[in-house]
Amino acid sequence: MAARKIAADTPELRERWGGWTFTDDNRAKADWHIKKYPEGRQKSAVMPLLDLAQRQVGAETDTQGWLPLPVIEYVADYLDMPVIRVLEVATFYTMYNLEPVGKFHVQVCGTTPCMLRGSDGIIAACKARGMKPGHISDDGLWSFTEVECMGNCATAPMVQINDDNYEDLTAERLDKVLDALAAGEQPKTGTQEPGRHTSEPANALSSLKEMVSENHDYRGEW
Amino acid sequence: MPKVTVDGQEIEVPAGATVLQACELAGKEIPRFCYHERLSIAGNCRMCLVEVKPGPPKPQASCALPATEGQEIRTDSEMVKTAREGVMEFLLINHPLDCPICDQGGECDLQDQSVAYGRGGSRYHENKRAVTSKNMGPLIKTIMTRCIHCTRCVRFSEEIAGVDEIGALYRGEDMQISTYLEQAAKHELSANVIDLCPVGALTSAPYAYEARPWELKKTLGIDVSDAVGSNIRIDSRGREVLRVLPRINDDVNEEWISDKARYQVDGLTRRRLDKVWIRKRGKLAEATWDEAFKKIAAAKPGKSIAAVAGDMLDCETMFAAKALLKASGSDLIESRQTGMDYDTSNLAAVNFNSGFSGIEEADAILIVGSNVRWEAPLVNVRLRKAATKGAKVFIVGPEWDPTYKATFLGEDASVLSNLPAEVADALKGAQKPAVIIGAGGFAAGVHAACVKIANDFNMVRDGWNGFNALHISAARMGSLMLGYAQDGGIASIAKAKPKVLLALAADEVDFTQFADSLKVYIGHHGDKGAHAADIILPASAYTEKPGTYVNTEGRVQRGDKAVFAPGDAREDWTILRALADALGVTVGFDSFHELRAAMHADVPALANEGEVADYGAMASSVKGNDSPSGAIPSPIKDFYLTNPIARASATMQQCSNELLLGETLAEAAE
Repeated sequence: MAARKIAADTPELRERWGGWTFTDDNRAKADWHIKKYPEGRQKSAVMPLLDLAQRQVGAETDTQGWLPLPVIEYVADYLDMPVIRVLEVATFYTMYNLEPVGKFHVQVCGTTPCMLRGSDGIIAACKARGMKPGHISDDGLWSFTEVECMGNCATAPMVQINDDNYEDLTAERLDKVLDALAAGEQPKTGTQEPGRHTSEPANALSSLKEMVSENHDYRGEW
Repeated sequence: MPKVTVDGQEIEVPAGATVLQACELAGKEIPRFCYHERLSIAGNCRMCLVEVKPGPPKPQASCALPATEGQEIRTDSEMVKTAREGVMEFLLINHPLDCPICDQGGECDLQDQSVAYGRGGSRYHENKRAVTSKNMGPLIKTIMTRCIHCTRCVRFSEEIAGVDEIGALYRGEDMQISTYLEQAAKHELSANVIDLCPVGALTSAPYAYEARPWELKKTLGIDVSDAVGSNIRIDSRGREVLRVLPRINDDVNEEWISDKARYQVDGLTRRRLDKVWIRKRGKLAEATWDEAFKKIAAAKPGKSIAAVAGDMLDCETMFAAKALLKASGSDLIESRQTGMDYDTSNLAAVNFNSGFSGIEEADAILIVGSNVRWEAPLVNVRLRKAATKGAKVFIVGPEWDPTYKATFLGEDASVLSNLPAEVADALKGAQKPAVIIGAGGFAAGVHAACVKIANDFNMVRDGWNGFNALHISAARMGSLMLGYAQDGGIASIAKAKPKVLLALAADEVDFTQFADSLKVYIGHHGDKGAHAADIILPASAYTEKPGTYVNTEGRVQRGDKAVFAPGDAREDWTILRALADALGVTVGFDSFHELRAAMHADVPALANEGEVADYGAMASSVKGNDSPSGAIPSPIKDFYLTNPIARASATMQQCSNELLLGETLAEAAE
């Protein structure tokens, strides 16, 4: 797993993010999340609120967003819960970024199925663009982490960039995606295999063939 | 009451018990790291695996599995043995092999259990994980590489202390225990996580590299830093007390002690009075016992002798002084040093009647003039339990953070004679209403008003007495049982103008009231009392003499002598016995046993060790103003420096500087 660490608590960090608050829009969303839980259980909304906060920070810095300590403290205050409990959640889930990331945060899956299908080549392609773990590229566009299974094994190898998945990659296809992103375009998300829609079998159907037309009961055949 | 079979032995277990508890009831030892009787169940160390039928054919974590009817539990099967070995091996993968330099060595759960349940060798050849140590303040030393992630410390700080200071950051192999931004743990009970830690990750900072557990002499004692009377174990080597640990006593301190009780002991070797001193021409000069006794005898006190008892005295010393005065024909004895003069004619009206375990059951509590967290941290733990069960808590007095939901009613005592409807309704509707009057309340003279409230709301009922006095002086209840109280308090002693005043480790007295008396200080620390004294006779601290102590709930407890007092210092009773000879009076005892026998004959309740003294029926009213007004100040300004021993302790000074005054000092430095 990637070595994560909390961004250092410096006077600069406090100056930049001290006094940070939700926008009115996000405050309404936060309150909507809190209302989903019974009175006095507002703490249950900590995960959506951290996500909102990260997205707002992202919008403010034109990146995917991350969680500076003053923002975490703000969320703790907002939910009236001890800040250490919020920090526990933020450090547990890898989708909360604890340090600044680039405009495009590239998360490459390196777990076994992706590795067998060529994730090493994907990682090499990323590195060729100057991406390396825990580092933002000089143009501020790219940051990179290698992550564990993202559940797209049927369309391996894959990367996740901000909120979107790009699957069935080769080094060339990834380059195309990254070029498009850098140019400010939105490339097609999901599988990059021509003719494939989602994670359906890449060639002909090889299993569960009877299920195509009806809900077949296989139990007798086991 | 489900019936289960443990290793072929059928037993009945209480409903709601876990499989682990069932095994313990059957007398089986279940190894564990994360499970702790007084904390919530986490089930994350996996050391307590047992085989349970019916159930999946795999070992199960017994701490988190409820015992149900007809279960067959095996703790001795091959499966259990291999499972334990496996868990142990996993735990040791990332645990450093630094036992020879680890302070936990010799009293380490991991060490013991790896010997008892491990496989005896390692198959692991890869690199071990290393974790940076965290700052947790001046009391807790951390070596986080040793942490096995049991989360006992996290659960303690959240559930018992109630302050959410410690958390588990990151996940999996990278998980780290830390305080937020590595701030110091500031709670008064924070050092209990050291005892809870099953490995050497959290160890005692002041005790670091001091001793090995097998070198220490273990003496059972009673803590005197507050009036809770926590049961402690005094660990000493040679003539020095090296540390204090809690003993388990469910009625008193459960198994915690306050940081002050634990760490004030380094003050026992500093600023000690180890010689006799006599004031000559305004300056204290070294002298001999003979000179001192002659000088006291030369004052020819006769009947004009008084004794003031300090806050940490044992009953034996107070009884010896009382016997000396009685033989001289005086009854000028007082223990309320600061001038309090509440009515003590009915001891039930100055006692914590519901008891510490009883207060957990209270459902409406009115606290008057007490910062319970500082005055009795362990009582606050009980109050927290009551509050989490739903008790409504109201507090009159200066604001403090109780760690549970409480309503502050302001500082002014006038609210007592005119309780807000919310409070009155809560007390009226409660099954077990309680009022707690603290030291601040006694000093502000609201005793009578509190007794009136107890009476008005019928707090003394069948099987329940909700009137509670929370003293801060360990000697208080013992001194009152021995009659150390005058009408009018210490002022009436001053008015009697005694020729000789015996200050028995009394440091909080305003000695200017006794300008004309020969002030004889019999105590152990060169603190305020010694500064004002004309003659100083060096005596023993609580670790240096056997003694009987009565805590604020009236429980009589005894501590033993752990070490000898330094230098010329003697046990207090021997000094008073020798003084009797010098004054030419007979006190009727020549040995400690005779003294104790005489004391038990005088106050029989003091003979019942471990029991709560019976003070008879609670008075429905006491002398004093029952509609007082004015602010109720807090008597404790600094939790860490409330007594002469703590004030002499470098550790307590450091705690005070860093934990209480830290911000103020940092600002001053800028």
